[in-house]
Amino acid sequence: MTSTLELKADKMLKVQFVGDDDVLNHILDREGGPKIKKERAQLLVNTQKIIKKPENELEEDDQEVLKDHNYVEVLGQDVQESLKNGSATDGGNKVYPFQNRKHPEKMAKLASELAKTPRKSVSLNMKNDPKITIDIPQCSKGKILPQLFKESFQELLQIINNDKSEFLSTAPRGLRKRLIVPRSHSDSESEYSASNSEDDEGVAQEYEEDTNEDILSQKIQAQNREVSAPVFRETPSKKMKREKTSHLVEKYFEAHSSSKVLTSDRTLQKLKRAKLDQQTLHNLLSKVSPSFSAELKQLNQQHEQLFHKWMLQLHLGFNIVLYGLGSKRDLLERFRTTMLQDCIHIVINGFFPGISVKSVLNSVTEVLDHVGTFRSVLDQLEWITNKFKEDSSLELFLLIHNLDSQMLRGDKSQQIIGQLSSLRNIYLIASIDHLNAPLMWDHAKQSLYNWLWYETTTYSHYTEETSYENSLLVKQSGSLPLSSLIHVLRSLTPNARGIFRLLIKYQLDNQDNPSYTGLCFQDFYQQCREAFLVNSDLTLRAQLTEFRDHKLIRTKKGTDGVEYLLIPVDNGILTDFLENEEEEL
Amino acid sequence: MATSSVSKGCFVFKPNFKKRKISVPIEDYFNKGKNASEDSKLRFETYQLIWQQMKSETERLQEELNKNLFDSLVEFLQTSHSGLWKNSKDWSCEIKLREIPTAALVLGVNVTDHDLTLRSLTEVLQNNVTPYVVSLQAKDCPDMKHFLQKLVSQLMDCKVDVQSKEKESVQVIQKNVHYSMDSLSAWYMSVTQKTDPKMPRKKRTSSSQWQSPPVVLILKDMESFTTKVLQDFIIISSQHLHEFPLILIFGIATSPVVIHRLLPHAVSSLLCIELFQSLSCKEHLTTVLDKLLLTTQFPFKLSEKVLQILTNIFLYHDFSIQNFIKGLQLSLLEHFYSQPLSVLCCNLPEAKRRIRFLSANQCENIRRLPSFRRYVEKQSSEKQVALLTSDKFLKEETQSLLENLHVYHKNYFLVLRCLHQFTSSLPKYPLGRQIRELYCMCLEKSIWDSEEYASVLQLLRLLAKDELMAMLQNCFKLFQSSSGKELGNTAKRIEEFLAQFQSLDETKEEEDTSQSQSKGLQKTDLYHLQKSLLEMKELRSTSKRQTKFEVLREQVVSFVDSLVREYLLPPDTQPLHETLYFSSAHTLRQHLNAAPRIALHTALNNPYYYLKNEALRSEEGCIPNVAPDICIAYKLHLECSRLINLVDWSEAFATVVTAAEKMDANSVTSEERNEIIHLQCSVY
Repeated sequence: MTSTLELKADKMLKVQFVGDDDVLNHILDREGGPKIKKERAQLLVNTQKIIKKPENELEEDDQEVLKDHNYVEVLGQDVQESLKNGSATDGGNKVYPFQNRKHPEKMAKLASELAKTPRKSVSLNMKNDPKITIDIPQCSKGKILPQLFKESFQELLQIINNDKSEFLSTAPRGLRKRLIVPRSHSDSESEYSASNSEDDEGVAQEYEEDTNEDILSQKIQAQNREVSAPVFRETPSKKMKREKTSHLVEKYFEAHSSSKVLTSDRTLQKLKRAKLDQQTLHNLLSKVSPSFSAELKQLNQQHEQLFHKWMLQLHLGFNIVLYGLGSKRDLLERFRTTMLQDCIHIVINGFFPGISVKSVLNSVTEVLDHVGTFRSVLDQLEWITNKFKEDSSLELFLLIHNLDSQMLRGDKSQQIIGQLSSLRNIYLIASIDHLNAPLMWDHAKQSLYNWLWYETTTYSHYTEETSYENSLLVKQSGSLPLSSLIHVLRSLTPNARGIFRLLIKYQLDNQDNPSYTGLCFQDFYQQCREAFLVNSDLTLRAQLTEFRDHKLIRTKKGTDGVEYLLIPVDNGILTDFLENEEEEL
Repeated sequence: MATSSVSKGCFVFKPNFKKRKISVPIEDYFNKGKNASEDSKLRFETYQLIWQQMKSETERLQEELNKNLFDSLVEFLQTSHSGLWKNSKDWSCEIKLREIPTAALVLGVNVTDHDLTLRSLTEVLQNNVTPYVVSLQAKDCPDMKHFLQKLVSQLMDCKVDVQSKEKESVQVIQKNVHYSMDSLSAWYMSVTQKTDPKMPRKKRTSSSQWQSPPVVLILKDMESFTTKVLQDFIIISSQHLHEFPLILIFGIATSPVVIHRLLPHAVSSLLCIELFQSLSCKEHLTTVLDKLLLTTQFPFKLSEKVLQILTNIFLYHDFSIQNFIKGLQLSLLEHFYSQPLSVLCCNLPEAKRRIRFLSANQCENIRRLPSFRRYVEKQSSEKQVALLTSDKFLKEETQSLLENLHVYHKNYFLVLRCLHQFTSSLPKYPLGRQIRELYCMCLEKSIWDSEEYASVLQLLRLLAKDELMAMLQNCFKLFQSSSGKELGNTAKRIEEFLAQFQSLDETKEEEDTSQSQSKGLQKTDLYHLQKSLLEMKELRSTSKRQTKFEVLREQVVSFVDSLVREYLLPPDTQPLHETLYFSSAHTLRQHLNAAPRIALHTALNNPYYYLKNEALRSEEGCIPNVAPDICIAYKLHLECSRLINLVDWSEAFATVVTAAEKMDANSVTSEERNEIIHLQCSVY
């Protein structure tokens, strides 16, 4: 697979225009280079300093670790029990990681390895080399928690290794890149693809390095005397914590050091595959039978057994929130159809793009048969509160799918929904999906909601929830696809086609300019005249009206009152269109 | 009716009104749960009964704890405006006139409990000081206009409560959109004048002191108010103070310094601030625990882990008593919901009565209890057979066992408190400073096996006499106050010890005095003095080994030790403890202190945990390629930095999936499917 990928990458090498900004970026990059190096050197000095530090201080640290561990043990013991595999045991290192910069090719590499070894385990720590295994027994001599230490040590070593290899691969590559840049500029070669091919070389290089470890370490020592591997080897386990934190810090800054993040330059347009429209996609997807359906069914049944309990707890003044991977919409729907048939209830789709607290409150007042309007949301809430307090026989179930959606996650909305849910005869059952959803609620809101948490992992697809989103891979029916563009233009006069082509070219020339608002009408007129396409202002306008009627262009008034013309079609399609035209000619 | 639509997001379902009337009683949900076993109705009733009792008890406690605070507050409020009307010619009063009396109420960080406290405060004030009590929250008052609007509307409401006749005038004023301090004071004047003739009849106590009662304004969360609004309001109202007697109460969560940080000197000099401190929430927790769990009043008990979790949530997360009580409620509910034998979790005579009506099925349940099995194994063989076969015999035995359990608890808490008396003041607190820590330890295991307990005994052996006597005194009081017969002679023992210490005192004093007397009389030369000093030294060194006091101290320590060993057995040694103790800490944790992040992480990284399919079983840190698509996509995305190239991603994904499925035709679909998943991933 990697080979095919590489082949593809080769195929995609393309001549591209390099804007001034890119050149500028390169210059800045060059300045940034040495700086990073300096920081590295300082950091190494630091680690040596730390090693010299008196031990008693470090022991204090250990005690803290113990305390922390106690806390984790007490509160986390059940998590550990429930997880059993221990993925959460190492202090959430893996649950709360920094995103570190990784090699762009790594994903493909991992994919190929995952594919190659169907049953065998492919661990992520591919760089675990013999050296580490040698070192582990040393560190397990440490006073506390050998297990915990082993893990952190392993990770640390991994980080060190990553650093080293990156050092090794980045430094020379950067140099070479800089050498290449002027040439590539003159050759008008794309910067991205250049770095891309470089990266591929780098991968190959790394593979080699992985195979013979000795050469690697020698290289490190030769290239960089500051990085002396023995220092790391000799460090006793106690110092590890310090170093680990410093490395964590480094990791963080590494992840956020440059604002420019490089991804590869492959785009969807270049993928030679016809786009599907929504309907065919839907059909194709429905044909695929989900894997593990028996297990999923069992999982769902487990959740369904809780329905009665939920009803009980709702009635006793708690509110229920569901979390876990997978869409919980179907589950809540089943809850609704089985339990709530005889009760007044309101279903709120939080994922609906136009939802707001106002509409939630409106539907509540609709239940209460209120006619008229309210001055403000707070007034409405007050009215509802009074109504529910007066009439204790009134009961209302609120089902909210995705309480953490874009529209409802605001502080005010949450406050209002919380106040609603704190009413004794309003029962709220909601689902959340976002990783950080619990951050919406401070203590005050949490006590309003009075949540009981239920984990309902379903693994089902978020089909309904994402139905309001547009996919990049799906053909958009709203936008103008290539075929219709060609079709419309064919029906036009050659002059009109020429006018349109002018506009396309201008727009494509400016596609890298983020502040491009469109072509000014006067300039356009000038250009058209020069190309002998129109002879008067009026003919051009008449032509433009026709374009506008076919939704081929859009006009916008600028700040200076001048009309700007824009083609609301993707640049990729425009390029294809131009190629098509040229072929015909 | 479907609940998905392109045009709206809210769907109202309103069933037929008549149909709705026959709503299902709550008990039914209790019954229909998965353990639809016997006595569920009875169990639910017991739950409600106990919960009601507990709730009212906590409310009573809250009231009691706040009583001091409220009393002093009321006193402050009553005196603050008295100078205003009596001798206004006095110069100091003139100054005071300009200052708004303000009570700064430091409530602590447990914001969630404030509401309850302030609500009861409002009630108290309305009964004792003035009918005009208004409380405002920061979120209602983003600016001055809203502030005044809220203030006015709430004041009108207060008035309406007192006199419903006023309604017309209220409506007139409410229609007036323009709210100002002037109109407010004018309204106040009119109201007080109007009510004056009636007041003496109605509210003699409050109106006798002033011609007009003050207006109390409570700012619930002072810190979150906009400074500008606060400053403006204070400046304006200080101008109107002579005609509109206002008193402010600031609810403060952090520290009183915040007043000066929020208000510049020019403004804060307009306030006459007095500080009030509410009880710390930790003390509150201690009392709640003391009155709810460390008594025999409520049969329901928590196991060590559950208690640990509840207190940890309290100490590490929110300091909120309300949340703690919520946790207690949940554990009570869970206990009655999941344990069929919890029907016996009620007071002793009732439980005995219920045992007689136990069904055969329930008897089986009893036999299945691990603690009961252990008990049976210890019995003689005939008795074993009888217990396992005859329901009647079982019931009798259960009755006596329950009785034992009851007695055990009675003694347990007494001895626990007694031990706490001894350990709570030791240096470094080896067994904890709070009784809850001690309780947790005792619940967990036999405490005498622990190192801490050994060190406690060591430390007790080093105590001075007066300390020891004070402790003994306290214990004596404890035992005396309880009516238990079983520990009656313990109290007697302690009394004896005390008497012995007393007599020790006297004899020693006598010795001391005689010695000093003899010393004082003799006139000696240097040689004799040295000799006598040497003698004394020897005497002291020998007596150090063998004083009566030390013997007695040793006796006391061993007495305490024997008490602990006899009565502080961990509850899981007792047969039938499962009926009273709620031990499923796991469920409690899941529902109260959930970790959605970990759940997502596990679901993505280790699908085997949820989908018990052998194909998914794998080592940590890797997933098989047959895993659900989302897991694979997630794994691949981890390999990227902040931005991800969609094409690379889907290519990589397709590689994995095709390898797994060996179906090229499907790759397009899975790629597209990947896209759908991607959208969701971007949500994370």
